Amino acid sequence: METQDTNKQPLLSVQNLSVSFSTDEGWFRAAEDVCFTVGRGQSVGLVGESGCGKSVSALALTRLIPSPPGRIDSGRVHFEGTDLMAASAAELRKVRGNAISMIFQEPLSALSPLHRIGRQLVEAVLLHRKVSKKEAWGFAEQWLRKVGIPDAGERMYSYPFQLSGGMQQRIMIAMALMLEPALVIADEPTTALDVTTQAQIFELLQNMKQNFGSLLLITHDMGVVWEMCEQVIVMYASRIVETGSREAVFFQPAHPYTEGLLEAIPRLSSGRQQLKAIPGQVPSPFDYPEGCNFQARCQYAFDRCRKETPPLYDCGAGQYAACFLKG
Amino acid sequence: MAEPRSEEPSNFKGGNVQPLLSIEELKTWFPVKRGLFSRSRDYIRAVDGVSLDLLPGQTLGLVGESGCGKTTLGRTLLGLEQASAGRMHFKNHLLNKVSRKQMNRLRQEIQVIFQDPLSSLNPRMSVMDIVTEGLLQFKRIEGSREAHARRLVEEVGLSEAAIYRYPHEFSGGQRQRINIARAISLRPDFIICDEAVSALDVSIQAQVINLLITLQERYQLAYLFISHDLSVVSNIADHVAVMYLGQILEKGKTFDIIQEPLHPYTRALIAAVPVPGEARLSRSHRVKGEAPSAANPPSGCRFHPRCPDAMPVCREAPPRLQRVGDRDVLCHLY
Repeated sequence: METQDTNKQPLLSVQNLSVSFSTDEGWFRAAEDVCFTVGRGQSVGLVGESGCGKSVSALALTRLIPSPPGRIDSGRVHFEGTDLMAASAAELRKVRGNAISMIFQEPLSALSPLHRIGRQLVEAVLLHRKVSKKEAWGFAEQWLRKVGIPDAGERMYSYPFQLSGGMQQRIMIAMALMLEPALVIADEPTTALDVTTQAQIFELLQNMKQNFGSLLLITHDMGVVWEMCEQVIVMYASRIVETGSREAVFFQPAHPYTEGLLEAIPRLSSGRQQLKAIPGQVPSPFDYPEGCNFQARCQYAFDRCRKETPPLYDCGAGQYAACFLKG
Repeated sequence: MAEPRSEEPSNFKGGNVQPLLSIEELKTWFPVKRGLFSRSRDYIRAVDGVSLDLLPGQTLGLVGESGCGKTTLGRTLLGLEQASAGRMHFKNHLLNKVSRKQMNRLRQEIQVIFQDPLSSLNPRMSVMDIVTEGLLQFKRIEGSREAHARRLVEEVGLSEAAIYRYPHEFSGGQRQRINIARAISLRPDFIICDEAVSALDVSIQAQVINLLITLQERYQLAYLFISHDLSVVSNIADHVAVMYLGQILEKGKTFDIIQEPLHPYTRALIAAVPVPGEARLSRSHRVKGEAPSAANPPSGCRFHPRCPDAMPVCREAPPRLQRVGDRDVLCHLY
């Protein structure tokens, strides 16, 4: 599966990635046979509802899955000529936080509550660049200003808990972008923030686009994907069900789930009205049916859907859908 | 008896319809001790002068971001927080002064659905026990307990077999349906929905919103629908009130407010909603910074430090509530 930019090598190429987790009830597949690419300078949205496997897939790219209880069962992740799945721990450390950086939903998962902000930023710089501590400090302070933190000089001496959620997120963005990564992976970066703060953060990321190469944005929010991404990958119950350009997926969804999801989103309305909901619910990973995982909720389901799992079919213009209707 | 109000409420349809719920200048302040030996007190002014009316069978949406006081308002109505000033009238009861016994009886008329589906459900009670608990208490079971429970769960879209199962066996959306079944079991007049669908996935959220609308039409329920999500609220409520730092900045018909928001904060909320397929509203509607603490609200108009349309008077004097057509706006621009 190629991105629209077929002349250049994709920056990131994920092939047949599968991840499982162990629970009291046994092992289950959280991500099944995930394949996608991210082109250079491209923004890709990985979207789906809870439990679809999007966060797991993103964490697996740099082998951040805690093991136990997780396990990467298979897959290749080609990044800048290296297969990250086969790389040594040392090689991975050089890549993480440097060529590939991450922005998480909870800033406090990336920021230590025990250390001052300045120290954390400086530490991150010194890990990957041969500069003096003083240079690193100046560099970090400059970045706090770039991401819109007022009184940057003083903030270098603050602890994360002394700042609001929006400010903490800006610091995490500073940490993620300051080393000019080739790829930023952002996992629900604005979900915990107010909508007005969220808008500010998007504006910041848009303005900072020259400081990073590509963006892989994981979210459940289709509105966020529309704002930030050119390419969209839709996941449902551990599998990729559709992928394509933003316009293609939003205006001409090829998979029944994407179609249903878009119709179910509440839009600013002028008064009380019923929404077009998708009936039923996501099957438990222990109860995935024979055939297509979406069959029970699909208005178009027919016999074949209950027997075989549909592969991703080419719908033209770079759009793919895992549906027999497109086969 | 409810006292007549001097100012006509904005959603008063005229004629003889008495509001079901009438809130007048409600304040809920929380004291904050400044130091061990400090004599002066600061207050977190979570709810700071809110007036709202709700007619029978109507839905009023209460929208605001975190820290605006909307949840505290809901809790004050339920008696979970003590009102510091102002009045809350429900039918002919003054909620500020009801005894615990009376409040308990009022559960047949006022119910609540919270955000987290699981924490509202006792894990050791079966669904049947949960949905008929109130009915049992007030001796209003019709037929057998099982039969009544079956009718209730069916009404909310669950299978009859659900009555024998336990909360942990259900998904988030299903648990919320169980909460709804319990809430409607006593056929209340009024249900407070506090972020009732916020924790649900989009596709499930749509189902639950539809269910709430259906039940409202069937039983003429009035809802106070509290949410941070303007898109959700606009689909469920015909009237909306926008809240910020303890105050209502704008209230009126959803139709009017969405088509032509008057208050700069309302415009910012609408502009902040990403709409797939459309370009964002102009940057002039963006707000700066973040909401300050409710313990130390800005002088004059509370919104002025972040307001793109702020004028000098906004810093000096608090605005008065202005009537613009069918709407109320708290802003010096009008």
